[in-house]
Amino acid sequence: MKRNRRLTALLGSGLLAVLLLVLSGPVQAAKEKYFDRSGRLIVEEKPAADLLRPYQAGNREPEKTFPVPAPPFSEGIYPCSDCHGEMETNPQRRELEDMHTDIVLNHAEGQRWCLDCHNPDDRDVLRLVSGETIPFDQSYRLCGQCHGDKFRDWKVGIHGKRTGYWNGDKQYLLCAHCHNPHDPAFKAMKPLPPPVRPGEARH
Amino acid sequence: MSNCCKQPALGIDRRTALKGLATGVAALALPASNASASVWEAFFQKHFRELSKDELKQVLARLTKEYSQEFGKEVSVKATPAIEGVTYGYGLDLSRCIGCRRCVYGCVAENNQSRDPQIHWIRVLQLEQEKGTALEYAEHYYNPQTVPEEGHFYMPVQCQQCSNPPCTKVCPVQATWPEKDGIVVVDYNWCIGCRYCMAACPYGARHFNWGKANVPADELNPDTHYLGNRPRPIGVVEKCTFCIQRTREQPGRYPACEEICPVGARKFGNLNDPESEMRYLIENKRVFILKEELNTQPKFFYFYAT
Repeated sequence: MKRNRRLTALLGSGLLAVLLLVLSGPVQAAKEKYFDRSGRLIVEEKPAADLLRPYQAGNREPEKTFPVPAPPFSEGIYPCSDCHGEMETNPQRRELEDMHTDIVLNHAEGQRWCLDCHNPDDRDVLRLVSGETIPFDQSYRLCGQCHGDKFRDWKVGIHGKRTGYWNGDKQYLLCAHCHNPHDPAFKAMKPLPPPVRPGEARH
Repeated sequence: MSNCCKQPALGIDRRTALKGLATGVAALALPASNASASVWEAFFQKHFRELSKDELKQVLARLTKEYSQEFGKEVSVKATPAIEGVTYGYGLDLSRCIGCRRCVYGCVAENNQSRDPQIHWIRVLQLEQEKGTALEYAEHYYNPQTVPEEGHFYMPVQCQQCSNPPCTKVCPVQATWPEKDGIVVVDYNWCIGCRYCMAACPYGARHFNWGKANVPADELNPDTHYLGNRPRPIGVVEKCTFCIQRTREQPGRYPACEEICPVGARKFGNLNDPESEMRYLIENKRVFILKEELNTQPKFFYFYAT
């Protein structure tokens, strides 16, 4: 008798487990996704393992690159390693006297100095805050670290400008093609002549 | 013998007689020195939309020859049709425009507008920041040393390529119409110069050729479209066509004003393509259309990106 009872209990609990499994499957799946009224997916919950993984730049998807024309270097200035390769790095904030005297930093100069963007170990590349180094033709990633909203608009062709064809290949202009990275505010310019007033026409 | 079958006394029938008469009158009306075949052909040319393929080819060949002779260089005239499934839209970022008028003169060069008498398809309005887009305070003759001027913003106005255009409805000869891709065009050979359309347009976007378009031969853009930038005769109305000669190509170039803008305030694309920058800005930015209350339904969208 005792044995029988035990068997029934075992069977019962087994059945319950199976039932729970069957029931819980779809319920849990539905929990992971959220839809708005029109059926559009709003949020997809990440699995716990993903949430617990410590943040590492390597875990991120690699940043997309965009086709751009050559960066607008001053003539004869690149590669930087031609001069800087042999030179010792001086991280001191100071007035530049020998070279680059034309550069006036007018871009949150209180918070940064040359080597916050230029890579101290290899001047031919730029350096992100994460320590990752990037070539000059990806400088949009550097600017995008602070100007995230502009970067987002730039990627879809709203901020700045794309050249090429409206229904074909396009090139993106780098931020530095329009903004001087050391002094990025747009400078006022002379307007082209106004239209002729009707009274002033010679006819 | 019944009346119906009687032959005319001179031995020619009614039809031949009328033909002869018409020829005579036309010959009188046309100056003899200019009475070449091409003048005849231009005089009897059909409406653009009624031309058969062969007739269109002849018209284009005739114009190509005429313009090439007149300007002493090779000028091409095409009539590229609308691209299937495309509706053009234009965006202008008011938070970026600095009023430098580069677009105005880029347009003049690309579209062969008359230099003197002067025609500009784009008019840049200077507006006061305090008054907003109240157009009664707009000034388009501003000419300071540098722009932008303190306390002002700038709003370039050109043809808004309305989906419900008042200008085409008033044309007594249907010389202007919206094309399938949304561009409102003018057949300069059919236009009678009554300027009703100019009165009807609430944006001041149409312009009249008081003289024959005066373009220096070395500045003439030789890549022309029948409905767009070909040299205009005297007495016809013209307007922005979203650079029809560039944008209808495959692949299509951007309009000249978009390309020349030094601050990237101008955007252009296909409204039917969900991936285009036009769709992105309409869905994500603050957008307005000019004189919305008139129900003209422009395809020109002003927006603020920042």
